[in-house]
Amino acid sequence: MSVTYLEAIREAQTKLLREDERVFIYGQDIAGKFGGAFKATKGLAEKFPGRVLNTPISEDAMIGTAIGAALEGMRPIVEMQFADFSSIALNQILNNAGTHYYRTNVPVPITVRLPSGGTKGSGPFHSQSMEGLYSHYPGVVVMTPATVEDAYTMLIDAVAIDDPVVYCEHKYLYYHLKADALPKESFPVGKARIVRPGRDLTIVTYSAMVHEALAVAGELQRDGFEIEVVDLRTVKPLDTQTVLASVARTGRLLAVGEAFPWGGVTAEVISRVTTEGFQLLDAAPARINAKDTPIPYHPNLWSEHRPNRKSIATKARQILQE
Amino acid sequence: MLQTAQRGKKSKKTAPEKPASKKGQVHERYVEAFRWMLTARILEDKLASLYRGGMIVGGVYLGRGQEAVSAACGIFLKKGDVFGPLIRDQAGRSAFGEPLLDVVRTYLGSVKGPMRGRDGNIHRGRPRENELAMISHLGAMIPVMVGKLLAKRMKGEKEFVGLTTLGEGGMQTGASHEGLNIAAVEQVPLVVVVTNNHWAYSTPNEREFACANLVDRAIGYGYEGHKIDGTDLNQCLEVIETAVKRARAGRPPQLVVAEVLRLAGHGEHDDASYVPQEMKAQPFAQDPVARTEKYILENGLLDEDKLKQMRAEIAKQVDEAVATAQQEDPPYPREEDWRSMSTDELIDKPSF
Ligand SMILES: Cc1ncc(C[n+]2csc(CCOP(=O)(O)OP(=O)(O)O)c2C)c(N)n1
Repeated sequence: MSVTYLEAIREAQTKLLREDERVFIYGQDIAGKFGGAFKATKGLAEKFPGRVLNTPISEDAMIGTAIGAALEGMRPIVEMQFADFSSIALNQILNNAGTHYYRTNVPVPITVRLPSGGTKGSGPFHSQSMEGLYSHYPGVVVMTPATVEDAYTMLIDAVAIDDPVVYCEHKYLYYHLKADALPKESFPVGKARIVRPGRDLTIVTYSAMVHEALAVAGELQRDGFEIEVVDLRTVKPLDTQTVLASVARTGRLLAVGEAFPWGGVTAEVISRVTTEGFQLLDAAPARINAKDTPIPYHPNLWSEHRPNRKSIATKARQILQE
Repeated sequence: MLQTAQRGKKSKKTAPEKPASKKGQVHERYVEAFRWMLTARILEDKLASLYRGGMIVGGVYLGRGQEAVSAACGIFLKKGDVFGPLIRDQAGRSAFGEPLLDVVRTYLGSVKGPMRGRDGNIHRGRPRENELAMISHLGAMIPVMVGKLLAKRMKGEKEFVGLTTLGEGGMQTGASHEGLNIAAVEQVPLVVVVTNNHWAYSTPNEREFACANLVDRAIGYGYEGHKIDGTDLNQCLEVIETAVKRARAGRPPQLVVAEVLRLAGHGEHDDASYVPQEMKAQPFAQDPVARTEKYILENGLLDEDKLKQMRAEIAKQVDEAVATAQQEDPPYPREEDWRSMSTDELIDKPSF
């Protein structure tokens, strides 16, 4: 038996609906036989009547409604059809849910699922990675699972957390990533994981880019380099300690992310390492992100717009030669 | 039946006369609503003078002119119901049970207030007591109310209702549209009271919307609509009571549109010099507090002495609340925990 990343998300929601009557799922086209644009909720509406609800195309109101339900003791999961459309709900997520605990002492346990990241041919409005934007604001946890196992356990963790969680699931990984079985245990929320140990260079990344980084590490191993790959898993909070400990071992740092280049997760990683661990570095740190243009539609352009094995490997070699 | 007999006896005076016992109740309720109106007026006059005296940091926003409609919004809500007040709802908040101390503490930034100096003025609330804490962004609280009501239904609660308010300016946001629509899609027991005070900050109605009357939108959203003179407490009570009853009984969401004039600046920093003199002579520009007081005296619901006594009682409560809050500590940065989330282990901790 094997489980895909997407199936893991569906299974996590099945378990949540089965075991916690406070959970319901709210989103566009998620109910009925259809089961969502990506089928992440397929079959759930039939299995759990009244708890998987289709909404109008109203991202702001979907999150607003979830906030109200959470204040009333429920644990709503909201599926955005694409991360990109959550821009309409930024106000509710960041200004309403994100400020509520600080202002009133009452937390808002909502989970917002964002089908994120690029896939071929998806273009400017169905490809975005918004983790950096959400992380910039106070009051929300931002998860970016990179593996089938994390997709499963982190979604379950997200719903258990009393505060708002933005859960960025990568659309490319939906079908491409498979595991033998669902995990029995979970790695702690908020902790980064060293997915490949090494001694020459640390690549810090998350979500789909973890797999690109691993491929680059494999490629560079043939040239005698041992690359350590750190999967952040949760970009906010950022597990600075694990990153610093890795850089202490390797002396070199490359941060990779699929989001736009201005600010964001990679900039934050480098900023923390240079301010808190400057003496650990043997070479200037570097980062790779998508280009500073909208995400292009055509595969030829798209594959060069985002970080890829070639650009990561090139940058890694540069740092290693310093 | 007693009621029938009494109705016969008293039916001479005015045409739509009600049974006396009912009438007694109506009078009692009228006076009760007036008490909340007066509470708001006296409290807000005090807040305005504290502001002018430099004792309040940030804005002060008054509900002057909206006391009748606002009081009617709070008075019919019971335990288990939800209130989503907005900028000019002091009367409704008080009627719903908000302690005066909550208001004064928030305005004066007392660390003991519900917002503990972290948020101010009208952005206060008591989420655990079903009084939502508004964010500034207009329209954002409508779906939050929908979620509260949806969840109550999921939990099997019965006979609850939610009431939220909005200005005619706030009704023009995309968020308001989404929220009004999703409420009807979910068929939650909701009353939305829109008060058209003719100005959104300095913008008049002509630059806000182009429909003949905002209540016409009720049809478009699948609501039942009602239009009222917001300076007439009798109308406010009667119509909002009906709307609340209908929503509670499972009818579609209710939209009430009240016409008033904002009898203050947008905030106390604003002299509202843009309001033309002619507008102040319009019927909707009447002061609801003065109008209600006049009605009370003319109909003998209370006499001058009783009114005076009521004023004195309220003024005393307000003064006490202010005196208490003024003695309380402000928040101190060193004692602030600077945490934006309740989950300790998930708080991001950069060392800079
Ligand atoms: C989305 C949004 N834009 C702008 C503002 C700034 N603002 C606060 S109150 C206000 C006027 C609101 O007018 P209305 O809704 O009619 O209510 P009123 O103040 O007249 O009671 C404005 C523009 C805001 N709070 N929210």
